[in-house]
Amino acid sequence: MHPAFSVIFFTVSSGAGFGLFALLYLMDLFGLDGGLPIEQKLVAGILALVLVAAGLTSSMFHLANPKNAWRAFSRFRTSWLSREGVFAMAFYPFAIIYLGLTWLVLPELEVLRLAAGAVAALLAWITIFSTGMIYGCLKTIRQWNSPLVPANYLALGHFTGALLLLAVASNSEVVLTSYVTLVLALLVVAAALKAIYYFWIASPGTGSTIKTATGFTRGTVRLLDTGHTHGTFLTQEFGFQGARKFSLILKVCVFIAGFAIPALILTLGGSVAIAIYAAVLTAFLGMVAERWLFFAEARHVINLYHGAQHC
Amino acid sequence: MRLGLVIDLDVCVGCHACAIACKEWNASGTTAPLTDYQPYGAEPSGVWFNRIRSYEVGEYPNNKTINFPMSCMHCEDADCVTVCPTGASYKRAEDGIVLVDQNKCMGCNYCSWACPYGARELDRESGTMKKCTLCVDRIYDLQIPIEERQPACVLTCPAHARMFGDLDDPGSAVSSVVRERGGYQLMPELGYNPTNHYLPVRKAKPIPTENLGKPGFKDKIKGIANRIVKR
Repeated sequence: MHPAFSVIFFTVSSGAGFGLFALLYLMDLFGLDGGLPIEQKLVAGILALVLVAAGLTSSMFHLANPKNAWRAFSRFRTSWLSREGVFAMAFYPFAIIYLGLTWLVLPELEVLRLAAGAVAALLAWITIFSTGMIYGCLKTIRQWNSPLVPANYLALGHFTGALLLLAVASNSEVVLTSYVTLVLALLVVAAALKAIYYFWIASPGTGSTIKTATGFTRGTVRLLDTGHTHGTFLTQEFGFQGARKFSLILKVCVFIAGFAIPALILTLGGSVAIAIYAAVLTAFLGMVAERWLFFAEARHVINLYHGAQHC
Repeated sequence: MRLGLVIDLDVCVGCHACAIACKEWNASGTTAPLTDYQPYGAEPSGVWFNRIRSYEVGEYPNNKTINFPMSCMHCEDADCVTVCPTGASYKRAEDGIVLVDQNKCMGCNYCSWACPYGARELDRESGTMKKCTLCVDRIYDLQIPIEERQPACVLTCPAHARMFGDLDDPGSAVSSVVRERGGYQLMPELGYNPTNHYLPVRKAKPIPTENLGKPGFKDKIKGIANRIVKR
């Protein structure tokens, strides 16, 4: 698949935003280490809303005819893309009520504040799952059609969200030990799920081949002619194939920049703000590499008709 | 009703006439135009509803070239329709034709990701997804003679490799030819249940080339003539 930057930015940014919001709410509800000061809660909450908004705006750049984008909310009964949009929009009013009441500090409305936050957190989780299912539901792409895909999206969104929450918390007088522990726990889960995913997609399995695609199942099948002279929409959109060696190098980068360096910084560097910012930066670089690979390694079955023996 | 095409791989000669006729008709049809990019330039490309590929099946000397035209299969379980977030993609209840409402499409490409057969192509000019309409603006046209109420590709095929009809009706010509010739669907394992069927290549008796026995009188004359006439 052609790795479009708008979609890479969209999934990384909105995933981190939703993860950050859900964790902020949980930290607030259970009062981790006495809870964050109001100022930090607001900063984290607004950062989450901005990341989600930036992601959704970026996804608009992927559209060839954006004037009809408003129609994308209409088919939520069958389309995960539509559901993603609907849940993301439903998230905003509840998140704003929660943050507004956090700002105003009204003890008589505390129940409403926590209830709105709970609904927003639930919608955040459902939205990340929907983002994963946009890809996970496609039977045409073996590397995506797996429950590991939404699981990865949830894990990575929470890991990056937890890092951002830690970065915000580091600006206050709060003891950071439990926030660091949270990041490290989510880091281990996310890295393990990603490793399982890469292991899983490495073998072709029992999917479609050029033989089932053409129906000539008894002999060898070889492409003689694609029937077009200089590429088509199909080759531009689905023909992308990165070099195997480059993919391998990038995978190592995902684990080093995305997981190993942040883990080292947080365990050795302690709670110095600048060290935490450095961890955030390398983790996000790792996430962009991870998302680029997610698209670059996906092989659509149309490639079978263009000569691939399997996908 | 389940309208679709049956393509006979035994007789398709790979002339691309179906693709040309398709382009000609649909360039002024309901989803017109089918934009071309650099048609006379160094890198010609554009929107087509029908593409023909050629494959070699088997190993020499038991190999064969097979030309393989592909357009929208008008699937019974069309994921391109269910994944569409805007409702632009739809499948007609009355005849099963899958269409894209050009006024609703936002050009997100998602339906083309869901289609295993490469039937959908984005028109960069209009920003909308375009695909085979099964010449819906032709097959119901009461102004043209009844024998011409068929998709342009079917009408033009010089080898009669393409047939159009109702695959729901067991008595239709397309249904019986699928039954008799063992017509099959592409990538059935994905579960899209495509309407279009492909007729496999007929089994031909191999022409012997060795141990032909003693030549007869006719073959001797032929041999002499071959020696005299220089080609």
